[in-house]
Amino acid sequence: MTAPFDAVAAILLIPVGAAALLAALPNYKMSAGLNVAASFLTLLAALSLFVTDRPQPGQYLLVDDLNIVFIVLNTFVGFTTSVFSASYIAHELETGRLTAPNLRFYHAMYQIMMFGMNLAFVSNNIGLMWVAVELATLTTVLMVGIYRTHEALEAAWKYFILGSVGIALALFGTILVYMAAQPVVGEGTNAMVWTVLIEQAALFDPALLNVAFVFLLLGYGTKVGLAPLHAWLPDAHAEGPTPISAVLSGLLLNVALYAVLRFKMLLAASPEAIAPGPLMVAMGLTSLIFAAFMLYRRRDIKRLFAYSSIEHMGIIVFAFGMGGPLANFAGLLHMVMHSLTKSAIFFAVGHIAQVKGTQKIADIRGLTETHPGLGWALVVGVVAIAGLPPLGIFMSEFLVVSSTFARQPLLAIPLVFGLLIAFGALLLRLTGVAFGEPRGSTAPVEASYVPMYSHLALVAGAGIYLPAPLVTWFQHVATILG
Amino acid sequence: MNGLTFDIAHLLAGGLVLVSFMMLYQDRLFALINVFALHAIVLALSVAWQAYVQEAHHLYVTAAIALIFKAIVIPVGLHRIIQRLGIHRDIETAVGIGSTMLAGIGLVALSMVLMLRVTPEADPLAREDLAFALSIILLGLLVMVTRRNAVSQVVGFMSLENGLVLAATGAKGMPLVVEISVAFSILIAFIVIGVFLFRIRERFDSVDVGALDDYRGERR
Repeated sequence: MTAPFDAVAAILLIPVGAAALLAALPNYKMSAGLNVAASFLTLLAALSLFVTDRPQPGQYLLVDDLNIVFIVLNTFVGFTTSVFSASYIAHELETGRLTAPNLRFYHAMYQIMMFGMNLAFVSNNIGLMWVAVELATLTTVLMVGIYRTHEALEAAWKYFILGSVGIALALFGTILVYMAAQPVVGEGTNAMVWTVLIEQAALFDPALLNVAFVFLLLGYGTKVGLAPLHAWLPDAHAEGPTPISAVLSGLLLNVALYAVLRFKMLLAASPEAIAPGPLMVAMGLTSLIFAAFMLYRRRDIKRLFAYSSIEHMGIIVFAFGMGGPLANFAGLLHMVMHSLTKSAIFFAVGHIAQVKGTQKIADIRGLTETHPGLGWALVVGVVAIAGLPPLGIFMSEFLVVSSTFARQPLLAIPLVFGLLIAFGALLLRLTGVAFGEPRGSTAPVEASYVPMYSHLALVAGAGIYLPAPLVTWFQHVATILG
Repeated sequence: MNGLTFDIAHLLAGGLVLVSFMMLYQDRLFALINVFALHAIVLALSVAWQAYVQEAHHLYVTAAIALIFKAIVIPVGLHRIIQRLGIHRDIETAVGIGSTMLAGIGLVALSMVLMLRVTPEADPLAREDLAFALSIILLGLLVMVTRRNAVSQVVGFMSLENGLVLAATGAKGMPLVVEISVAFSILIAFIVIGVFLFRIRERFDSVDVGALDDYRGERR
């Protein structure tokens, strides 16, 4: 059976076409609608990857069991965020924080960012993947700075400088991988094609691969927000528009993580190279514990959840670093659950910040009384992200912890310690925000809660029951990851 | 490869490291930009020589980009911006020149030890190029961390990127080199000059990144 249309091409071309259209459309209502429609079509195209025949891996593009998971998650959260964004920006326009030309730019950038992220996922070429990650980063830099306030500019500048350094290190790593592959595979494009590299990785010079991986881990790790290199992340989350915080946490971190995973597989295929696991475990644990402590001193609600993202990326990198079918399964599940939960939380935070007119935690009090629909959604989201049962994150964290106890009990101690510290911090903040004496504006929120509720419903559902086909799929991917 | 071609390539790459060192102790913005222009010229020569040695004609494009864009357009543009902003005074270095130079020497030694050790079997030219390239990248990072001025941080980043181009051209037959150098040029031109500097000027009346720190949301 040949597919009547090319799903991969659709995933890439719909955002590009939409971006061109959005750049030309002056009417913001129409462009918000178009943004939603384009994101929805991209999601449909991504879903069709499950049913249509997959194209043969070419020199540039690849679809396999691993990246389908990432693409579908990416396009799904991209779609729901575009729905949230439509109501969010309408409010920003009313309050005058954004102008109509800003919005035209914003929508076009949103689609270019989706294109960059999708391209990074489907690329089979490590050079192309680098270009795509860079493109996605640049567009988010521009969007973080869109408010043009002091804070927003500082955040964008910091993000730009650290992101560029990260991307430069990643490119150096990519060049080193090419140098390692070139004597075996031969000159030219083939020595950058991932499927070719992984087949012959055993023959590569292990010393060169080791150095390359260190550069790649540092470079892409900057984007993942791993601990010593995370400085850009809280600022960028706090000062940009909230839909961008949601896609940064929910999606862009995953893109960088995906790149790290691809190279980890490459290293694992070379028997003489260093094991990539311990490096990732160390960075993951550092991020987790560091971020857990940082959670206590936050006064800004978006920064609070940005640190929580660092914490969770730490857990995910830790799980993938441990490796093995069970830990990889847990890492994958945790990644999906974190994306869904964190973006739902940012949707809630966006509504809250708009209605209260502030992001200061001290000024947001008693939400469950003034805005029950919003307040309780935030409660569910924070309870989920803190890892309480029966929600999805509890299950994945439980799997990470139990698999660590079984294999490296000593490592489990700092892991559990970090989880508990973070748990305490989140619940401490939540009690005031959700149940304290009501403070600030009590005006109703004029926006749709559907994106937020649908994410939370998925997370809650996954905590209670995971469909068998999904489990089989994840188990299969977990074994590929090695 | 015969001795002379190797020596010339070696000379040019080594010269690039030397110019990176020159950047470390420039304490005036105009001088820093002039040194950067020199950096870009040496890079262009080096890339052109690689193109000639490897008979890879597409690399001439990269060399031309380095020459026209980085050695002429960007420095002239930066000169204008500096004049318009009226910041052609001394630039503060966050760390003293002596310790910066020592740190630079340490970084170069580190990259030599690292790269020469892990690539004993690689083509000698590519191997030396990689070691030099890593030195330039680390020196570029050093420029970025020792400066507090946004313009000089951008210059540091561009010299870092020159190191990457050197590494990419040294790796024989590497695809996408031209595309990557174009992408980098667009990145620099579009983002840095077009957007940030003007906005920073507009909002802060200063391009000192230190001033930005005062606006941090968490500072109390």
